[in-house]
Amino acid sequence: MSRPGKIARLLIQSFFKKPATGNYPADRSGMPEGFRGKLKFNPQMCIGCKMCMRDCPSGAIEIIKLGEKQFEAHVNLAKCIYCGQCVDSCLKHALEVTAEFELARLDPAQLKVILNAANKATLKE
Amino acid sequence: MHNSEHYSEDVKIPMGPQHPSLKEPESFLISLRGEKITASSVRLGYNHRGIEKACEDRTYTQGLYLIERICGICSHSHSTCFSQAVEEIAGVEIPARAKYLRTLIGELERIHSHLLWLGVAGHEIGFDTLLMYTWRDREVVMDLLAALTGNRVNYGINTIGGVRRDISSKQKEEVLKGVAILETQTKYYIDLAKNETTLLKRLQGVGVLSHEDAVRLDAVGPTARACGVKRDVRKDDPYAAYAELDFKVISVNSCDVYGRTLVRLGELMESYSLIRQIISKIPEGAIAVKLPRKIPAGQAVSRYEAPRGEDLHYVRANGTEKPDRVKVRAPTLANIQSVSKMLEDRYLADMPIVIAAIDPCFSCTDRLIAIRDSRNKEKNTVTWETIRLKGIEWYKGQGIDFKSLNKKLTESF
Amino acid sequence: MLKALFHILIFPGLGFLFVFGFFVEYADRKLYARFQNRIGPPWFQPLADFIKLISKEEVIPEEADSTVFKLMPVFAITASAAAILYIPTLGERSVFAFSGDVIVVLYLLTIPTFTYFLGGWYSRSVYSMIGAVRSLTQLFAYEVPLFLCILAAALLADTWSLSGMVVFYSHHLGYWFCNIIGFGVALICLLGKLEKVPFDIPEAETEIVAGSFTEYNGKLLAFIRMSFNIEMVAGASLLAAVFLPFGLHLPAAVMFLFYLVQIIFIVAVISFLRSLFARVRLDQMINFCWKYLAPLAFLQVLFNLILKVVLPR
Repeated sequence: MSRPGKIARLLIQSFFKKPATGNYPADRSGMPEGFRGKLKFNPQMCIGCKMCMRDCPSGAIEIIKLGEKQFEAHVNLAKCIYCGQCVDSCLKHALEVTAEFELARLDPAQLKVILNAANKATLKE
Repeated sequence: MHNSEHYSEDVKIPMGPQHPSLKEPESFLISLRGEKITASSVRLGYNHRGIEKACEDRTYTQGLYLIERICGICSHSHSTCFSQAVEEIAGVEIPARAKYLRTLIGELERIHSHLLWLGVAGHEIGFDTLLMYTWRDREVVMDLLAALTGNRVNYGINTIGGVRRDISSKQKEEVLKGVAILETQTKYYIDLAKNETTLLKRLQGVGVLSHEDAVRLDAVGPTARACGVKRDVRKDDPYAAYAELDFKVISVNSCDVYGRTLVRLGELMESYSLIRQIISKIPEGAIAVKLPRKIPAGQAVSRYEAPRGEDLHYVRANGTEKPDRVKVRAPTLANIQSVSKMLEDRYLADMPIVIAAIDPCFSCTDRLIAIRDSRNKEKNTVTWETIRLKGIEWYKGQGIDFKSLNKKLTESF
Repeated sequence: MLKALFHILIFPGLGFLFVFGFFVEYADRKLYARFQNRIGPPWFQPLADFIKLISKEEVIPEEADSTVFKLMPVFAITASAAAILYIPTLGERSVFAFSGDVIVVLYLLTIPTFTYFLGGWYSRSVYSMIGAVRSLTQLFAYEVPLFLCILAAALLADTWSLSGMVVFYSHHLGYWFCNIIGFGVALICLLGKLEKVPFDIPEAETEIVAGSFTEYNGKLLAFIRMSFNIEMVAGASLLAAVFLPFGLHLPAAVMFLFYLVQIIFIVAVISFLRSLFARVRLDQMINFCWKYLAPLAFLQVLFNLILKVVLPR
């Protein structure tokens, strides 16, 4: 037995409830734990095997040798697909993912970041 | 009404490639007489990205992420199907816990896809309210998937040999809570679909495909199950953990868009029960086995029941770490041939909902199709190098020179 | 003379209609969003849309008839703005009342639909032509019940002037109740006239892109949207004047408040109905209008005729 306007009760209930829209950017509660965002690099553990570079599907990460047993990672945030395969491939667990996802920038040059001993992302000169 | 002989020739209206009702580009050419459709034809190929060729240049692990991005909504289906094919070639059996986890994510993806479809169907018939409510409920599933796998779409949970992440007991509870909320909402939508007059008027009797036509035109998935064709890969050819789980194949006999709606709503309820079984039955153990980088020579075909129907992957390995040939046959390719049949003698207003009812995913569909002309006996294959040179020549004729373009691109990136 | 100019240009003419049109569009969109559990646009959204559209470049298709194309939005706005001059908004009499102005108002409110048809037909694009034909076909379905309901109320009041009807009903407040069926039918027909779901068939976004307005852009599109808003105000004022004759013997400020409340009430009902239904097909709509709405309207006419004979003057 069909009647038109069956959804009426739900509409009137919704009218008096708070809207279901999340209040971003005022409320930056972020993504759930374990969300794959920007990479973090621990230079002390890196041995320069470059397995992460072999397995990266898009060629976004590059390991540069600075000196004896000293490495830094150059990541192109635009090419990275945030799959986390480099984290799994690394034999020494030198890479990990953080949940940082607000990575958009107006200048494409700012998307090439260097992760090094200071462990702060600095701009590539 | 009017005598149809008095009309002059039919109006040909293009629907697509860009059209507000199509979520992805595809070209339908419709001949209209007044408001009635007299003929329609489909043209594919706008979404071809060369994925099958690109897989031959990448290792199996890299190719897995590429295959996953064939489609956003059925990404786990493609990724699991590919992994299953490679694991079959390598002759490796993945651990039981990995099978259950793959099934769990697969069923969550099915829920996400069917709720998305409900919203899209509502939008195509002008019922935006249904769109807003179903997509609000879909956020529950998206948040669950983000917590379990690390991303809302393109989950990346598979690896060749198992899965990459484990599930904790806290996450299991969250899944059960989310499923309980969704079950209440789905029961409301089923009630709505059965009782709302304007919805019934727009969906019943529209897009009729008889049982014989469904079998002849090789329809798969909910499109076929609404016509009484009880085909479901999960029952016919069980993969992952489906052999040990208990569920029904939902099928109705009404052969129209309303039947497809009911089938999808029924599958949602079955998914909730399947998820509960998985959470209670999941065995302990490892989540992956390590596979060597080089897969021995061999070939395999693997099938998977994607939310849209049967997904087929063929992989041929040649002993190196890159595959020799990968072929993907998505469910929409099988379903799209029935669209012309469904549109015979219908109104223009039924066009969007009939196309939406097969749940089209044109990104999945556009792969390489080889057409052999049986009259022309000699083999007419074109090599990669010939195509490349022809392309460069054509663009030169249009005034575009690739040498300078390439230089600019490599400098800026 | 100056007073007439004031009424035509400021109140209740173009100036008032522009501002009130924005407000009515905001109310409609906000209510629609709240029914769907969303937040909805801020109060200045319709004004921002208008300014943005006016600042865009106008592209007229080569094959379209550019004179007709450019004139139609102007005609749509002027017809609805002219109609409101004969509808009582503040008080019992409208600005230029005369006997027979019910017919004038009803025909003036039909003109916008014709302009949408002509604008779409002369755009020469396949989608616009289908949309144009659909809007005319829809016109034949909802016009008759709407006319009958208004005329039924006029019959009971024994006058052909809208202002005369308002005078009659405000003095005999009990008779308001006799027109209830007419009010219901007229609300549904107003949905058809304003081309809102479930009767937004001429502008079905998922089938024919934007119907008659597919080729419109820039200033002309801004005026078309404005004409929709003004038509909503004029239609709602007509219904409020005929079927909701309350609060008409009070001081001017309170009367204006009553008028605002009545318009917002009708807009709220329209928004609610808009979010409640799916879009129906054209043949189903014509079926529905001729099977259910027209007989109800006839019933209302019959009822009012009998009442006129039976009740004492």
